[in-house]
Formats: sequence, C-alpha cells, structure tokens
Amino acid sequence: MLKDIYAEQIAKIFAKYPDKRSAIMPLLYLAQEHYGYVSPEGIDEVAELCEIDPTQVKSIAGFYTMYRETPKGKYWLQVCTDLPCALVGADKFHHDLLDYLGIEEGGTTPDGLFTVEHVMCLAACDRAPMLQCNFRYVENLDMEKMKALIEQWRAEAAQSQADGGA
Amino acid sequence: MPNIILRDQDIPGIGTYEVYVQHGGYEGLRKALSLSPKEVIAIVKESNLRGRGGAGFSTGMKWSFVPDVDGPKYVVVNADESEPGTFKDRQILEKNTQQLIEGALICAYAIQATAIYIYVRGEFWDIGFQLEREIEKARAAGWIGQHIGGSNWSCEVYVHWGAGAYICGEESAMLNSIEGKLGQPRVRPPFPAVSGLYGRPTVINNVETLANVPPILVNGAAWYKSIGTEKSPGPKIFCMSGHIAKPGNYELPLGKTFRELIERAGGVRDGKRLKAILPSGASGPLLPGTDKVLDTPLTYEDVAALGSTLGSASVIILDEDTDMVWAAYKMIKFFRHESCGKCTPCREGTYWLEQRLKAIYERKATRADVELIESVAKQMQGKSLCALGDFATSPVLSALKYWRDEFYAYVEPAKPAAKAPARKAAPVAMAGD
Repeated sequence: MLKDIYAEQIAKIFAKYPDKRSAIMPLLYLAQEHYGYVSPEGIDEVAELCEIDPTQVKSIAGFYTMYRETPKGKYWLQVCTDLPCALVGADKFHHDLLDYLGIEEGGTTPDGLFTVEHVMCLAACDRAPMLQCNFRYVENLDMEKMKALIEQWRAEAAQSQADGGA
Repeated sequence: MPNIILRDQDIPGIGTYEVYVQHGGYEGLRKALSLSPKEVIAIVKESNLRGRGGAGFSTGMKWSFVPDVDGPKYVVVNADESEPGTFKDRQILEKNTQQLIEGALICAYAIQATAIYIYVRGEFWDIGFQLEREIEKARAAGWIGQHIGGSNWSCEVYVHWGAGAYICGEESAMLNSIEGKLGQPRVRPPFPAVSGLYGRPTVINNVETLANVPPILVNGAAWYKSIGTEKSPGPKIFCMSGHIAKPGNYELPLGKTFRELIERAGGVRDGKRLKAILPSGASGPLLPGTDKVLDTPLTYEDVAALGSTLGSASVIILDEDTDMVWAAYKMIKFFRHESCGKCTPCREGTYWLEQRLKAIYERKATRADVELIESVAKQMQGKSLCALGDFATSPVLSALKYWRDEFYAYVEPAKPAAKAPARKAAPVAMAGD
C-alpha cells in the first residue's frame, strides 16, 4: 500500500497544502512510481488518501500527459515534434527511431524495454531533436547518438535483470 | 554589458545560494524589508516592469490589486513554460535559481503573502528538486519561514509539479491544478488578486518577471527605466529557435530590432533567406521576413502595431524553404491537443481546423476548405474563457493573410501554372498521422 511504503513522503505532501485534494497530483506520481502506471488500485488508494471519489482522481490522471494510464516500456521515450523541433528535423528523427526499434507510434518493443511516443513542446527547442526518457531530457540528438544510447540502455536493463532487479 | 537576468552566462554557479550571496544576492529582499509593502509596490510600479509571461501587464499594478486583508494570501510562480519556442524560464530555474526565489519573496512581502507555490511543469522534474534544495538553503539563511529578516512577516515556499498540460500556464487553470481540480480556466470575475488560490488573494507572476524584481529593488526604478524603451523598459530574454544559426537564449534590452536579434543569433541557418518570423511562439501571428518587420523594435507596442505580439519573445525563425501550410498544420495540431475542452468554440474549433488543414495538407481538399478554415478561425475569436481559443486561430489566419496562395496551391494541383510548394520541408508523415 502506498500509505505504508511512502508514509514519510505522503506526510510531507499533505503538509504543503491547506486542502487534501491538492495532494492528488503529487500522490499520482507516487502511485505511478510504485505500480509503473496509474493503475486502478493506485487510483483507489490516492482517492482514499485524499478523501475524494476515485472518479475525480481518474479524471485528473486522464487530463495530464505525464500520468501513464497503461503500462509503458522500461524506457518511455517521448519525442518532441512541435514546430521548432520539427524545423530542425524532429519528425524525421521520430520516424527513424520508430523504424530502428521496429515499432509503430505509441508502441512498445516486444522485450518491453522501449515505448516511443511523440509529445508536445518540452521547452528545449534550442537543443532539438530531443526526447524525454522517463523524466529526463536527452538533447541535441541524431540517430547515431540515439543508437548508442539504445545499446547502453539495453545493456543497463540486462545488467539490472542479471542483478535480480526489476 | 553584463546580463541582468541570465547572470549564469557571466558568473558560473550563480544559481546556487553560496555564489549568489557573494554577488549581491538577497540585497533586494533586504532592501524590501527595510521598506513598507506599499513602498515596494510603488517602486515596482514606477519601474514599469511588464509581465514577461506574454501579456505584458504592469507587474506593480497587478500587485497593487491585492486587498489589504488578514488571513492567507498567495504568490504563485508560473514556471509551467510550455509555449512552443519558449525555453527562457528553464534557464532561469536551472541556472539563476536564487534570483527567482528572491524575486518571488519580494513579491510575497509586497502583498504580505503567507505562502509561495512555484508551479513547475512536470517535465522539469529534476529542476523542481533542484529548486527545493535551493529553497532549503534560503530557509537555512533565514529568508524563508518565520519572521523573515527579523520582521513580522512569515512565508513558506513550496514546489508544485504539473504533469503535462499547456493550459495550466493560464493563470486560473494553474490555480485549479494546484487545488487538485481539472486544469481548466475559471470564469472571471472574481479575479485572482481578490479570489485566487483556495479563494484567497493571489498574485500569479511568470518566472522571468520575478527574476527582474531583485535588481529593481537594488538599483531603483530610474535605473531600470534607463534600459529599453519608455513604454517597454528593462532587459528581455529572447528564445531563438527554428532555422537560426545559433539557437538559444539571448538577453537584450527591449527596443532592439528583429534584425539585430537575428544577427546576434548568427543569422538564418545555412545562409538561407528569411521567410517568416513567429515572434511569440505558436500563439502569436506569423510575420513575413520583410525589411519593415526586420527594422521593427522589439517592444510590446511596436510588435503589436505590426499585427502580432511580442508575447514571451519566443522567436521562431522560418527560412525560405518552409512550407507554410505544413507550419500552420503543425501549430494547429498543438492547440487541438492542448485545448482543455471546456469552451465549445475552442474545443470544436481546434478540432475542425486540424481536420480541414490535414485534408488541405494531404491534397484531399478544395478551395472551399481554405475559405472554411478562415471562417471557422474568425468565428472562434473572442469566444472562449481564456486566450487559447484565440491563440489557436493566429497560425491559420496569419498564414492565410501572407501566404494564401500556398494554401490554394495545395487544393488546385491540376492547374499546371499553380506552383505547388515542394514537400521537402516535410519529408515524412507527421507524428500522430
């Protein structure tokens, strides 16, 4: 249960706001961290903590793009394809990345490692093409750099599995 | 001249408390605390600092609207930077962190706020934690918490992470988002100054706006007004992106011309000719790259006189090879995705603009569709609670105003004389197609 695992963090979150409902967004991040996405049980637990109806928590989860409503790959790659990035080749980069991994937009590789999606402006227009890998920016990319990164992430994932981690 | 806002370009590490205080950090707040809150507001009003988030409204005026009442009052820092082409607040948050915190504290003192919420876009995940670490340092030094600087005023500072929604940069949507409600704009009045966060008096200011405040307190309103122009004083950060040789942030006094700005950023990329400028991201109308535009001073009023807006000064450069139908379609896709769905004209209008522009772009439309998107865009104007519904129309209407033939060329391919724009600007299908 979130309330046991994250007791200290949850107490800190509630202390920030005069109103329990304000904790929905930060608690949804905790639920996502724990379950890998905002799972139905995660929604119910956040609702209980905030003393609010699960439907209302679900509506918040659905409104924002950073909450995953379904499980994603271990490396969730969101490529910005808005105009400033697209002017310097982001669309081509996005499609080359999909081709390289052999998946469609929004798809996940069969090994469960990579999900690729396009995303709206990430405020990194001067460092395009770029993407967000989980919650970290990777900037000034081209396919050569990208291929090296993918190899690195594959190796890290293999290592983590060998170490018995998730 | 050394930078006033982007001080990290002159002094490495200035974002950290230790380095910041070695270079005059917190002298602005110290000065503010020696004055009455009303005197602080008067100085900021006198400086004529105008909101850097896009609207350009007088910051001191905004603060003066907050009523002198007991109980909780709030400052909300708008760090939800999401406008395509804008990445200036990020550099302040990352590298000039303490200047922002000090500016927010001066604002909080001026309105006697009890708490500051810094609303950081969720994608600035690590930046939020960095902010929290710097907030703790300022607290340890006595600038946050109880009886700040030995005064009777107490104030807390918190970071709130957004989660990916452009609309939350709209101030009333931002308040709803912090309250755990859907990030949709509120009906006004009441205005946030009277009834904002949790129904309490609230000032919402952009990151760059607040970063201007400490130097104003230290050096005075007259000094500030000596920079820039009479109606648009002070320094401004210009975000340069698109077909520009040296993309990045540039701090210049307001009043320099587009030409000077573009030259400073190395000119149009690959020696190409300039076709168009978006002076304020996707939200402000396109301008053609004419001499008249290039020689226009970068001030709120001069850019408005051209029929566009300086906005947050996120300047996107489009070169001669840019397909304007493609560019307009790109921007409409953004607004369709980011419309929060509350107001029908914006929700439905952005949907239909995207549908018809897609058909035009795919050469599956007729001349009537070109007239239709213009008509839909015009009908959307002024009919929504917030500015998004208006912003969404500007790529379409401004592209039609200057490059209408490019739209017609897409729908009349049979005519041999029609010069269809080359598709090379968009060699692959667009994301989401």
